[in-house]
Amino acid sequence: MNLQPSTTDEAFRAEVAEWMRRHLSGRFESLRHRGGPGDEEADPVLRKEWERELAAGRWTCVGWPAEHGGRGLSIEQQVIFHEEYARAGGPGRMGHIGEGLIGPTLIAFGSEAQKRRFLPGIVAGTEYWAQGYSEPGAGSDLANVQTRCWQEADGSWRVQGQKVWTSLAHESEWIFVLARSEPGSKGRNGLSFLLLPLAQPGVRIQPIRQMGGGSEFNEVFFDGAAAEAGHLVGKPGEGWKVAMGLLEFERGVSTLGQQMHFAYEFDLVVKAAQANGSAANPQVRQRIAQAWCGLRVMRYNALRMLSGGEGPGLKREALIYKYYWSNWHRELGKLALDVLGPAGDVVSDDPRIRPLQQLFFFSRADTIYAGTNEIQLNLIAERGLDMPREPRPTA
Amino acid sequence: MNFAFTEDQVMIRDAARSFLAEESGSAAVRAAMSGEHGFDAGVWQRIGSELGWCGIPVAEEYGGLGLGAVELVLVLEQMGRQLLCAPYFSTVCLAANLLAQLGSEQARRRFLPAIAEGRLCLTAPLDSGVEDWHEAAALVQANRKGEVWTLSGHCPRVPDAGAADWLLIFAWVEGERLPALFAVPREISGLDIKPLEGWDATRRFSSISLGGVTLPAEDRIDDALRLEDGLSRAAALTRLAIAAEQLGVAQQCLDLTVAYTATRKQFGRAIASFQAVKHRCAEMMVRIEATRSAVYGAAALAAGGSTTDAQAIECAVARTLAADTCFFCAQEAIQLHGGVGFTWEYDPQLYFKRAQASSHWLGNADALRERIARALLAA
Repeated sequence: MNLQPSTTDEAFRAEVAEWMRRHLSGRFESLRHRGGPGDEEADPVLRKEWERELAAGRWTCVGWPAEHGGRGLSIEQQVIFHEEYARAGGPGRMGHIGEGLIGPTLIAFGSEAQKRRFLPGIVAGTEYWAQGYSEPGAGSDLANVQTRCWQEADGSWRVQGQKVWTSLAHESEWIFVLARSEPGSKGRNGLSFLLLPLAQPGVRIQPIRQMGGGSEFNEVFFDGAAAEAGHLVGKPGEGWKVAMGLLEFERGVSTLGQQMHFAYEFDLVVKAAQANGSAANPQVRQRIAQAWCGLRVMRYNALRMLSGGEGPGLKREALIYKYYWSNWHRELGKLALDVLGPAGDVVSDDPRIRPLQQLFFFSRADTIYAGTNEIQLNLIAERGLDMPREPRPTA
Repeated sequence: MNFAFTEDQVMIRDAARSFLAEESGSAAVRAAMSGEHGFDAGVWQRIGSELGWCGIPVAEEYGGLGLGAVELVLVLEQMGRQLLCAPYFSTVCLAANLLAQLGSEQARRRFLPAIAEGRLCLTAPLDSGVEDWHEAAALVQANRKGEVWTLSGHCPRVPDAGAADWLLIFAWVEGERLPALFAVPREISGLDIKPLEGWDATRRFSSISLGGVTLPAEDRIDDALRLEDGLSRAAALTRLAIAAEQLGVAQQCLDLTVAYTATRKQFGRAIASFQAVKHRCAEMMVRIEATRSAVYGAAALAAGGSTTDAQAIECAVARTLAADTCFFCAQEAIQLHGGVGFTWEYDPQLYFKRAQASSHWLGNADALRERIARALLAA
């Protein structure tokens, strides 16, 4: 164990910090600490320009291999990049679904033609992606996907059905969709993974208004929507494998960046408590200290994850991480509003209040998306403690 | 930056795991609990001389292994897991730690080599407050006349005092700003050691009274220049040690519970298959791994060198989480064992009692959180 950074890492850290200082200024100044889950509607036009600014500096897809347009950075340097990006107040990335999910999936499972067609647009910040997994009847039970797809005589594909909770679909050019290509199949079998343009007559996007008033999720309806013959990833019927492979790409490199943002939110709460005097309240002080403990846990937990834990095999720290951060974040949201008191009940544009209100409402989603608390606890009990498994869809 | 353990660290942890599983199982713990001093002298002897664990944190120049907080934490975690009954905590985590952090050079040369070799057993008061032994010092008055110190007062809670060769005692000296530290031999006139019958019998405590105990000048052992900083550093490291033991206690509570629920059948199935049971075990695991991250992180920080304030806060964080996690897991272990969980025969009660007793060693979680809040909100 060694918490000391190397000198090359420090030099790289300084380089990122300096680039951010110079570029996240002027017309981009207003984007500081904006965007990201709960604030995705913040100035999407300017944030796309910011993506192209990043691309010009070669700061998109920094973990991708150089042959695909990335920098091929080591895990340590990717962590540093994400940390410094967040420390500087870098806005939530409009391109994160392309860069973090579909890009790595195509690198692993895609055809040469698919890589040539799609990777450059992700790297350049010119094409944006949405994820079409969940359906009204396929939430926690994702394998219960009912959206259908079939191949036409000319080899192209058609899609019929509905996806839901589709983040940023209204700001994206493309969507990847998990759909049932074998009629009558059940569970994980008979699914295919398709890439579709969103701007076509067979696709209708309908925003979902969230409890906090915003609409960063959508329902996406497919009525004979078309995908080119060459835009099926992997083999027909093996979509589940591709979809699950995609979820593996979250290697935790961005978690320290996420924590920088959490630390920023924590500071907002502390400032609010100091400003209105509630920092003198013993119960509030207990909760602030408790939140701080959580921040330290998340930092060291992420370092454990990134060090490969205790070698190959079970990664206990990785298994608990989603449950831990999402519940911590939700608690912080409640603490924030308790600190604000009645002032938090009034819809506000005050930059000292509004972000805390958004935190309060949107963090309710944290313990639901990407595996609900209940599913997480099942996984922890089954994988971490080897306890008996819940019923699974018949394969 | 690398957060993985070295091969040596893994080796030390695994050796501790297997030795303690062998020598400190439930039957051995129960036998030790009812012995005269509350531990098995043979096992303690082997820990000191054969395994060399007493020398882990002692610097090489004083005959120790010169290892750091990380190695110590790994061993302590296993000790907590097996509820090892031995004066290791009091000798190494209290006394040797105090000597290293604030003892004079002369005192370190006098005691540390013998501690490292496992030849000497020492202890010191274990306050229930967060003021880094100022509470203990307030109860003992030290007066100097010529070359002789006279100590009077009492220490309400000293672990393993009955077995200690020397007791390190904090006292107030009129006109001084900080507590002074004295080494008091056990066999000395005026010292009265009264064993307390604790509900947690895995670590014995005594109350001590000092009725005009006289000591030569050299038995005042603090180093005035390092005293202030040393008190804070020593307290931080002792809190970290307590946290590591609590982590082990929590882990064992979970392991016992998972094993029990896998064999206990009701309604025709193992109760481990009920989601109500699974989710509670999973919640235990979440809190344990979170605590583990905090404990290992604080240990890595302490081992790598950090400012006194940063170390104090980081160890307070680990200790806060560990105390809460430890009690939570002990309580869940009893609940999920059902009826047998509150019997004498089954082990959860032993862990439950340790969890409660250790919850206030050097400050309870609420008091430590207030200390953390003070540091955060001072800015």
